[in-house]
Amino acid sequence: MRVLAIDTSNLVLSVAVVEEERVLAETTTNQQKNHSVRMMDAISELLDATNTSPEELSGIGVAIGPGSYTGVRIGVASAKSIAWSLNLPVVGVSSLQAVAMNALGFADLIVPLFDARRGQVYTGCYASRGLDSLDMLEKERIILLQEWLPLLRDRAGGRSILFLGEDVRMHRQTIEQVLGEQALFASPAFNHPRAAHIGYLAMQRLQEGTDAHALVPEYLQLAEAEAKWLAQKQEGSVKE
Amino acid sequence: MGDIAMNRTNQSRYEQRVMQAYQAHKQSGGPTYILGIETSCDETSASVVRDGREVLSNVIASQADIHKRFGGVVPEVASRRHVENITLTIEEALRDANKTLDEIHAIAVTYGPGLVGALLVGVAAAKAISLARGIPLIGVHHIAGHIYANRLVEEMDFPLIALVVSGGHTELVWMKGHGQFEILGETRDDAAGEAYDKVARALNMPYPGGPHIDRLAHEGEANVPLPRSWLEPDSYDFSFSGLKSAVLNTLHNAAQRGETIQPANLAASFQDSVTEVLVEKTLRAVREFGAKQVLLAGGVAANRGLRERLQGRCQQEGIPLVIPPLSLCTDNAAMIAAAGYIRYEKGEFAGLDLNGVPGLSLSEQ
Ligand SMILES: [Zn+2]
Repeated sequence: MRVLAIDTSNLVLSVAVVEEERVLAETTTNQQKNHSVRMMDAISELLDATNTSPEELSGIGVAIGPGSYTGVRIGVASAKSIAWSLNLPVVGVSSLQAVAMNALGFADLIVPLFDARRGQVYTGCYASRGLDSLDMLEKERIILLQEWLPLLRDRAGGRSILFLGEDVRMHRQTIEQVLGEQALFASPAFNHPRAAHIGYLAMQRLQEGTDAHALVPEYLQLAEAEAKWLAQKQEGSVKE
Repeated sequence: MGDIAMNRTNQSRYEQRVMQAYQAHKQSGGPTYILGIETSCDETSASVVRDGREVLSNVIASQADIHKRFGGVVPEVASRRHVENITLTIEEALRDANKTLDEIHAIAVTYGPGLVGALLVGVAAAKAISLARGIPLIGVHHIAGHIYANRLVEEMDFPLIALVVSGGHTELVWMKGHGQFEILGETRDDAAGEAYDKVARALNMPYPGGPHIDRLAHEGEANVPLPRSWLEPDSYDFSFSGLKSAVLNTLHNAAQRGETIQPANLAASFQDSVTEVLVEKTLRAVREFGAKQVLLAGGVAANRGLRERLQGRCQQEGIPLVIPPLSLCTDNAAMIAAAGYIRYEKGEFAGLDLNGVPGLSLSEQ
């Protein structure tokens, strides 16, 4: 069984082809944002390098967000279109969980985090179950970092909290101010998502795999215009 | 756009597949079925067109109702809906055409101009299907699509002049032959459709305002003096912002003097000014370039005032005019497939690095 996995939800572009027992190939870059231009050629090269024709794939795994709206859409639109055109199951995987997978086997709390501007972060809280899966302790959300950190401290009890993600760097001071030594920071190689992890998560769930049409991004927040409109509607200042 | 190099030695398997499929189909001499995909604004559309002329299906998932509540198209909302609709729309287009992907010879997709986030959804889907199934990929300019909507109605007769008028565009295009576009003039400020929407808003009409103004104009008399923006005598460019301001000033001054202006008369006068400039510049271009045919294209081609005036003047001048039916004037994928067919015939395929280009110019096509 071969699964193609894709993550374009943030600055990182990662694509992989995995089999049950081994990763056949994985390409990950953390430099240019130009996913629309680069992603499909990267997949084509990966298929050629692993001697895989698209028809030999058994399923697709894709990071569905949260992250950059456009980046997430490029990944999801591509993945669902490949899946639909080959009649394959497609599995959407949380972009946060994909990063959290880097810390499989870590004993305490795992907190992946992406910056969401204006003091907010996309985040969630996980714990490793054995060496191959994660339990979600706190559901994924968009939240002010200042609110999130005390919540994590309560959740952790005395345990340490490992922060993961490329954007952790820009918030490190704030995190240390609140959590002190309870906060741990990983070596750079653990901070970016790897499509191979997404491939394995997807493989576990291929049977329940989503119908390609139904696969949609998880933005974790409404478009600004929709949020405003709903707020006005609740105040009763617009009709419909 | 990274066109596929036919003779490179280090071709990818994808490129080999695409070229093999193309050559095999060319040798067979059979009809060409192109899948068109269009997501440049707020319509998710897919279509199957035979030989660039015959529409087998043309599915349009409109988001108009969603954007109405915001008073205009919200790009982020449009992009989100495109992702939700894209494969469903494509599947429906194939089903309506009674075709499978195995029978499709190329995928033609709008890659600009338009809303970048919206364009990217269609482009990503087209590239994904192209890679997965080894089907040639063609990038199409949205305006080329609007112009080629005419070929779904009547064969083109070159040289010709195309007047493209929509919510986002006002362009006068000269074509010497298939796929050759030369822009003679374009708007220097607002697109004609934009001016319609703004004037409609001033008259308290809902978005999109164009159809409301058009309807109202037919109930009124063009008796409010408004300017015509001809610009320099030899220019084919357009300008509508001055006219829009004149309408707003007229309303404002009347209100200050406690007078009322009949909205129908104002709408008729506004429409008269817009259509006179559009039509007369088109006919001047026809004379200067010896055109054999005039094409009307774009969403505003649905405007009755514009259609009637252009029909009348073309008849007077004895020049054949083509106006597509309404369903082919507004954004749709059949027109994209029709324009893509010209590039298919020339073997001009896009690479997998095709990108959405919001400001794509027609001469790059
Ligand atoms: Zn258009």
